[in-house]
Amino acid sequence: MSGDVFPDALGHFGRFGGRFVSETLISAIEELTEDYEKAKADPEFQQELRKELADYTGRPSPLYHAERWSKHFGGPQVYLKREDLNHTGAHKINNVLGQILLAKRSGKKRIIAETGAGQHGVATASAAAKYGLECIVYMGAEDVRRQSLNVYRMKLLGATVIPVESGSKTLKDALNEAMRDWVANVDTTFYVIGTVAGPHPYPQLVRDFQKIIGEEAKEQFAAKEGGLPDALVACVGGGSNAIGLFYPFIQDTSVKMYGVEAGGDGVETGRHAATLTAGRPGILHGNRTYILEDDDGQIIEPHSISAGLDYPGVGPEHAWLKDEGRAEYVAITDDEALEALRDLNSLEGILPAIESSHALAYAKKLAKTMTPDQKIIVNLSGRGDKDINTIAARDGISL
Amino acid sequence: MTSVENTVTNEKIENRIDTVMGALKAEGRKALVPYLPIGYPEASESVSLLHAIVDGGADMIELGVPFSDPQADGPVIQQATEIALKKGMNLNKVLDIATEFRKTNQKTPLVMMTYANPIEAMGWDKYLDRAINAGIDAVLLVDVPPEETFEIKQPFNKAGIYLINFVAPTTKPARVSLIAEQAQGFVYYVALKGVTGAATLNHDAVNGHVKEVKETLKTPMLVGFGINDGASAKAVSQEADGVIVGSALVKVISNAVESNDFSTLSEKVKTFVNSLRVALDGDN
Repeated sequence: MSGDVFPDALGHFGRFGGRFVSETLISAIEELTEDYEKAKADPEFQQELRKELADYTGRPSPLYHAERWSKHFGGPQVYLKREDLNHTGAHKINNVLGQILLAKRSGKKRIIAETGAGQHGVATASAAAKYGLECIVYMGAEDVRRQSLNVYRMKLLGATVIPVESGSKTLKDALNEAMRDWVANVDTTFYVIGTVAGPHPYPQLVRDFQKIIGEEAKEQFAAKEGGLPDALVACVGGGSNAIGLFYPFIQDTSVKMYGVEAGGDGVETGRHAATLTAGRPGILHGNRTYILEDDDGQIIEPHSISAGLDYPGVGPEHAWLKDEGRAEYVAITDDEALEALRDLNSLEGILPAIESSHALAYAKKLAKTMTPDQKIIVNLSGRGDKDINTIAARDGISL
Repeated sequence: MTSVENTVTNEKIENRIDTVMGALKAEGRKALVPYLPIGYPEASESVSLLHAIVDGGADMIELGVPFSDPQADGPVIQQATEIALKKGMNLNKVLDIATEFRKTNQKTPLVMMTYANPIEAMGWDKYLDRAINAGIDAVLLVDVPPEETFEIKQPFNKAGIYLINFVAPTTKPARVSLIAEQAQGFVYYVALKGVTGAATLNHDAVNGHVKEVKETLKTPMLVGFGINDGASAKAVSQEADGVIVGSALVKVISNAVESNDFSTLSEKVKTFVNSLRVALDGDN
């Protein structure tokens, strides 16, 4: 844990991470690594990114003290990091802008992305439109059917949405297909990955573009309350919003960190997406991490009401934080998440995404073990407008 | 040193790949290496298909292990391995099938082509034990570049099983030298940027790059990806030591399956492999 810099030069976080890709892609990811290192050190790049994050995304996002919620549950003071207020509705845009600016620097005019619920696809299509770049989004055929609103939105933005019919026709297959595209078009194409997964340098690069969440939160908290919060809570699918919040606090060992996975119907039912809670180490999508697999090493299709958490792997840095004992990973069921979503609506007038509602549900549980003089930050990673149909359907209402 | 130890050290068996490649070189012939997705169309067909491939004139065989997330494969092999998976194929059973094949064929090298995770799930030590007993000569780890073989290299060496390296059109010269240093058996040249079975090959470009890469290699080099028939096999192996043919063979099998014709499956596979053999051995 100490003061070591992670990952190492080949992308390892302890025994996790790395570069598990075919030889054809090696030169592309090496080139990306170099380009990224150069951009990181270039004040002009950083300035351009900061400007876009401010004027296009609307950063900094507020740190909001949810007073009624805090009082209602009788536990710690809860602060919400309002990533839901970002342009395109979630934290996804932070990373997308960074990667699109990298694509621009490398002269690549063709952008590809994978998406599950469509949030990363919408963010990528938006940034591609803004920079006049061709955008192709791979989406599992099953997800295309379930998320018609976002599919239409991506098309309005000028993106081509390609339904993926292979495998289980969901996010993991969309990622496979995007990789296949990349291998074939590696000279002209920039692959904008949506989470802290994939081969090195992606887990590091996406983390670096998302860590602004934690950096802002740390500063805002210090200004409002002084000192450090007692705990951080964030939902974990691939884990980009969570690592974005956690990363700047990793060395502050007094701050507890809770990653909340999708427990689906309950971890004990086997129908869940709680990779760190119930999976085991394996190799998927370019890195070694915890995965959901059967005894033969075949990937199991996860289940969650939130498409954004419905992923059978998880970022390798989270796998490492788990093994190091620095962060704790827990699971929240579909029902618990939906209840928390309703609570935030009625207590604070904020409609959270179902993904973020998993973090809120865990904050409710923490309320029982913490006191009102303690303070926690919950990452409200996205807004729930996209989930209205799902929520209504649970009430038996078809909109 | 006692005489017993002496015997043991002298008994180091030559890898079948070296034997076969050495013999081919002496004869001035190219290696023909078909790829068979094990368990497709049925597990019960795999052993006889392997023998049919040998009967058709193959020098070596690649055994495809099905994986749920085959990132490097195109639609033809994806579909075949998906069917194999649905019918219950797994790494253990692929090893069973290799063992069965070995009962009547001890000569043809078997190269297992797999993604890393099925082995990771089995455990590398357990896998190597089983692979030795099944007569596996080499393993092609599709998604494991040399940087990630640090921990497994030694156990593979000890087991006498080669870890095959890839070179792609995108591999830079400095890296080629690195790969050349550790290459065993042969180097797999990925003939195109893309997935298995993709678009048409630029034969001249492949031959040109192969020639260049071969200058730094001590091992033979085989070309794979995008070889559709005898003509392209011949055209693409001007400089290489042989060819690997996957999707084209799988198509022959899937065509037979679609017409519900299982009885002549082995015969069709043998005929197709033989057409490649004839083309490769023929004069320009």
